[in-house]
Amino acid sequence: MENYSFRFSKSSKYLNATLLIIPMVLLFIGVYGGFMQTLFRAGIVQSDPFVGGDYYKGLTFHGVLNAIVFTTFFAVALGNALIPYSLQKQLNSKIAWASGILMLVGSVVAAVVIFIGEATVLYTFYPPLKAHPLFYIGLTLLVVGSWLAFYNWIPMYLEWRRENEGIKTPLAVVGMFTTFIIWFIASLAVAVEILAMLLPWSLGLVDEVNVMLARTLFWFFGHPLVYFWLLPAYVMYYSFMPKIAGGKLYSDMAGRLVFMMFILFSIPVGTHHQYMDPAIGAQWKLLHGVFTFAVALPSLITAFTLAASLEYAGRKNGGTGLFGWMWKLPYFDKEKWFFPYLILGLIIFIFGGIGGIINASYQMNIVIHNTAWVPGHFHLTVAGPVLLAFLGGSLYLIGQFMNKEIRFKGWAMISPYIYTIGLFIMSYGLKIGGLKGMPRRTNTGASYANPDSILYQPDWITYIDLSVIGGSIMFIGIIMYLVPFFGTVFAKSVSDEEGAVVTFPISEPLHDEPATWLRNFKPYVIIAIILIILSYTPVILDVLEATYGGSLPYSPNSPIPLR
Amino acid sequence: MDKSEKTALSLSGILLVVFFGAIMYASIAKNIDVPTCITDMDPFVSDTLFETGSDSYELHMVARMWAFQPSTVRLPVGSTVDLYVTSQDIIHGFKIDRKNVNLMAVPGAINYVRVTFDEPGEYLYACHEFCGAAHHTMAGRFIIEDRNDLTDAGGPL
Repeated sequence: MENYSFRFSKSSKYLNATLLIIPMVLLFIGVYGGFMQTLFRAGIVQSDPFVGGDYYKGLTFHGVLNAIVFTTFFAVALGNALIPYSLQKQLNSKIAWASGILMLVGSVVAAVVIFIGEATVLYTFYPPLKAHPLFYIGLTLLVVGSWLAFYNWIPMYLEWRRENEGIKTPLAVVGMFTTFIIWFIASLAVAVEILAMLLPWSLGLVDEVNVMLARTLFWFFGHPLVYFWLLPAYVMYYSFMPKIAGGKLYSDMAGRLVFMMFILFSIPVGTHHQYMDPAIGAQWKLLHGVFTFAVALPSLITAFTLAASLEYAGRKNGGTGLFGWMWKLPYFDKEKWFFPYLILGLIIFIFGGIGGIINASYQMNIVIHNTAWVPGHFHLTVAGPVLLAFLGGSLYLIGQFMNKEIRFKGWAMISPYIYTIGLFIMSYGLKIGGLKGMPRRTNTGASYANPDSILYQPDWITYIDLSVIGGSIMFIGIIMYLVPFFGTVFAKSVSDEEGAVVTFPISEPLHDEPATWLRNFKPYVIIAIILIILSYTPVILDVLEATYGGSLPYSPNSPIPLR
Repeated sequence: MDKSEKTALSLSGILLVVFFGAIMYASIAKNIDVPTCITDMDPFVSDTLFETGSDSYELHMVARMWAFQPSTVRLPVGSTVDLYVTSQDIIHGFKIDRKNVNLMAVPGAINYVRVTFDEPGEYLYACHEFCGAAHHTMAGRFIIEDRNDLTDAGGPL
């Protein structure tokens, strides 16, 4: 199967370029915010020299722009590219543009409200801290825009199924649909939280909210959110990486099984973020823990399948012996600059995955919950494999959609290595600091890391300093990435064709079984809904039974409620 | 599915079952559990500490922007404390350093854990959930004293 090309319309071309370039600017602002946080935590700065405001404002825009805005845009852009390409059908460009515009307007509105200091509530926006209503409206538009993108792909898929009876849906399409099925179901809960609770409360239409209920709805959404981040990376690992490495995907069926398992177990797990919460029975927390272990299984299968695919590629490239194949992969091939973004992410994910299992392990969560360990962990997942795959994917897509040759390929190839080194140092600092009791989301520079403070904790200083060193190296890695990205954006186009002729490195399977039981989403979605009802009904009932009174809104600046 | 795939899948499954077994062992044999749902406790708005038996105490802890009440708790070594935590404004977090105690303090709900202090010394508890502009100053301490020191000082508190 040779790589084929697909011609996108001019409208889709401009849309996808927009969906990549604007979020990249927002990502950079967020990355800057992340870098500043390491300086705040060490006490090197006390207020932001460029955008003003304190550590917590910086933490809010770092989280919102990087973890919510950038990731959502990339997932939509990847779907807008891979689904038409794999199914050989054009997007409905009116719907696609409507979706893109909603997302852009929503993100910019939310970002502006954060920058003027009216939404210092962090990216989890737990009530009763109240943000400006436009913050909630902005996030809603972003989510609704992403739903619309998904809605646009459904008729394309159904039409393809009718025309291609008996043929397996391309794996990339299965992966993107899995991503957005999970996203849609999960974001219904946050839509209820925002539209039925927080927005009317923020507008003053209702006085009080039930904080535990809002929190529980948030985490119904909040954990599947991490699979919404991770699965587009998985799509690229399964579809692109074996081909780029010079081999084949070891097992097509494993890929399909993995995606279906994510549909089943991504959502009934959210309470593992609330192990330390009141008003939820420990037995239901344990049940969510069991499902969390179940959702670890597809990642373990993925580890095997991808390693086997890389081994096949390494042996084809001339590697021999038990481990010899490892050295025959294109780690430093400028022409294959995409490969480091994928392989480094996978190496990072070994540590991210183990850390995740620790977090999910019920009592063990007591040791690490809300300590610096947690950001140490999720930087090894969302800011590791996810970010690197999305950066590599963004650069690849921008070259394809703008008909441009990638510029500064050497920079593009080396930047993920620099970033990875920094990431390991920073995460090590955060994780060990966390084990020593250092809290997350805390401006340690103004108290615990200040030798003049009565709260000074000398034990934590080494780890805070490590996160400054690591964070600085990560920042340099990102700058080195932006050179080829914007170098390519502003380069001369290599062709002046209408539209964009796009090619993806889609891997062939080595083992290709019919896997008829994995071809239909419907039974898996139905079982997932049953599991959600079973796991969440007792949790919601506990919350409703054990909570009392409601909460008035608060600003982060005063202990007196706002009304 | 080829043989190596089946092996990998089985080993992954076994690994997760072993992990889960360890969790059950800690819960059942070692009695280490996460906080559960409390419905038999009346809401409280002020902090209290009282003795419920020899070496056992009940402590009602109130978290608010930006202090824990009480912010210092003195107890003799060997004390067992039934600790109830709530918040009177927004969400806070409560974790005792070097102890298996980690609780969210949420308004409108009461959280509970039992903790025993076997070693004398100071145990920091720092708020670990973002609670506004002065969150990083919100902390307190358990001071666990040797019996001898206590007689001089005249008893707990």
